[in-house]
Amino acid sequence: MESVFKGLPSWMLEFPQIAGRDLRLLSRNIDQHYRAFSRAWGDSIESFFRPLLDFLLWFENLLIHTPWWIVLAVIVAIVWFASRSIKITIGTLVALVLIGMFGMWEDTMSTLSIITVCTFLSILIGMPIGIAMSRSDKLQAAINPILDVMQTMPSFVYLIPIVMLLGIGIIPGLIVVVIYAMPPIIRLTNLGIRLVDKEVLEAANAFGSSGWQKLIEVQLPLSLPTIMAGINQTIMMALAMVVVASLIGVRGLGQPVLQAITNQYFTQGVLNGMAIVAIAIIFDRTSQAYGKRLQRHREASHG
Amino acid sequence: MAETAIQIRHLYKIFGGNDRAMVEKVKQGLSKSDLLAEHGHVLGLKDINIDMPAGGIQVVMGLSGSGKSTLIRHLNRLIEPSAGEVIVEGEDVLKMSERQLRDFRRHKISMVFQRFALLPHKTVVDNVAYGLHVMGKSKAEQRQGASRWIERVGLAGYEDNYPAQLSGGMQQRVGLARALATDADILLMDEAFSALDPLIRTDMQSVLLDLQKELSKTIVFITHDLDEALRLGDRIAILRDGEIVQQGTGQEIVLDPADDYISSFVREVNRGRVIEAGTIMDSTQPAATANPSSEAISVPENTVLEEVARRMTEEGVDRAEVTDKSGKTVGSVDIHAVMAGMATPVLKDAIEDAGESRAS
Repeated sequence: MESVFKGLPSWMLEFPQIAGRDLRLLSRNIDQHYRAFSRAWGDSIESFFRPLLDFLLWFENLLIHTPWWIVLAVIVAIVWFASRSIKITIGTLVALVLIGMFGMWEDTMSTLSIITVCTFLSILIGMPIGIAMSRSDKLQAAINPILDVMQTMPSFVYLIPIVMLLGIGIIPGLIVVVIYAMPPIIRLTNLGIRLVDKEVLEAANAFGSSGWQKLIEVQLPLSLPTIMAGINQTIMMALAMVVVASLIGVRGLGQPVLQAITNQYFTQGVLNGMAIVAIAIIFDRTSQAYGKRLQRHREASHG
Repeated sequence: MAETAIQIRHLYKIFGGNDRAMVEKVKQGLSKSDLLAEHGHVLGLKDINIDMPAGGIQVVMGLSGSGKSTLIRHLNRLIEPSAGEVIVEGEDVLKMSERQLRDFRRHKISMVFQRFALLPHKTVVDNVAYGLHVMGKSKAEQRQGASRWIERVGLAGYEDNYPAQLSGGMQQRVGLARALATDADILLMDEAFSALDPLIRTDMQSVLLDLQKELSKTIVFITHDLDEALRLGDRIAILRDGEIVQQGTGQEIVLDPADDYISSFVREVNRGRVIEAGTIMDSTQPAATANPSSEAISVPENTVLEEVARRMTEEGVDRAEVTDKSGKTVGSVDIHAVMAGMATPVLKDAIEDAGESRAS
């Protein structure tokens, strides 16, 4: 092969690159500017997130310092009232007892608190964005590629600027998790509203509903199954980020896993991994059962 | 009924990006197929003019694709026209602001849909109360207003069921109650009974006629079924390819179809249920003097022939006097005239054909 192309000029044989010196200069420049930006703004951005941090710490402390049997009882009660399923409730109880017995209670509480806060944050930010997207094709076209980047960019990559900006700690961890976990709720809210039966929407129009009435009375309730699937996905993705977030100092089940990786502690890794799986299953089954209960009218058939 | 509730004037609807400009081309004589082939626009409605009587049922009949559902959606402006006027009780719907339009839809005009379009996540009572809810009425008023109409359409006891738990006919009763609950003067019914089984459809037609006797609303009823049109319509407009081909009472259309298209429709109609005694009576021969020896019954002039024939048979007579509203005798019909009036052209043609073939 080489002989065939021998006579060609060099730029055709090797991909013309930016010179190494220029490339280094470029990245050094960008880094420097970003560093200057984070020095100038880091503190104010941090103080902006302060209330969130306070809340998260308060919630984490509440879960950790309340006697374990009260927390256990409350979680089991929540699961019962949301799912109304004995199977799920007993499964939750057994899983939590096992977690406690194997000494992972405190880490599990930390993880639980950050997952809960991340999920609520994702819903709080994601649903309005999804609703806005459903109303404008242009906005949808603009946001979709951003969501693609958020979901596919390796999370370690956006760890860097966030740590440069805010240092190591819970807040940067929270931001990383939310960035990763938010796309499903945005996408599925948008999709759900777009799939609402056109005839029902037309009926709402024919009776003179305002835009807000249409949203509250028709679009959101009818897209609820899809939105619930989005919330479910968001929770699962948040849990998947627990280990990555522990890299930048988020407490919880991710840290022992990290420790296990560096020290080759096989059992510790598996145990903590299983605890994450257990929490994921509890969240998943409970939220799905709850979503299904909200949709009781769908199961009813005449006869 | 002389009063006009809804006037439609020179209404055009063309689907496509540049509809306003296309209206001019259509006015200059561009045909529907040329419009599609040369400009990629679809002609939905062309120069529609209808006066709809207040307190009466106006039927708009046409086959699928004729533009009837498009037309009805112009009355509450679910669809924006390309040109023309829609005047409802003196007000031009197309000039309303968004806010005025919303108020108009809340209070003046309501709608029943072909596939019911109920809110699946709300119970029967909440569905019926939806219009009242949108108006901002209190929970108690909503409940009260809704239960009255639920009872009226015969669904008492089903208040807390979800639509999916009801049969099609019952769901459309909910749809009807929902439309009536807002107390709007005008009721739009878009193929409201077309999705129902034949028996239930007839049943719902009776429900509607009963309600109408008592409410006298202005009803615009869309259908593809001529029998339904003739049964319900005080006036009928027939739509074909986006154009009105004939307007009039059911009798006028059956007796004097405007073209072959309509003739082919009315051929199969049961004329005995459409044509009235007053139409075929012999008014030159006042009954009293005609044939005093034979007995005769007396029928109002708007009695349909089938009913006249039935009563004649019951009474065992072969003649009837026809009276006007005041009870005065204005003419007479005999059994032969009634039979001839009820015989459809199909039958007549068939007999003639049979006669000819025998002769040849």
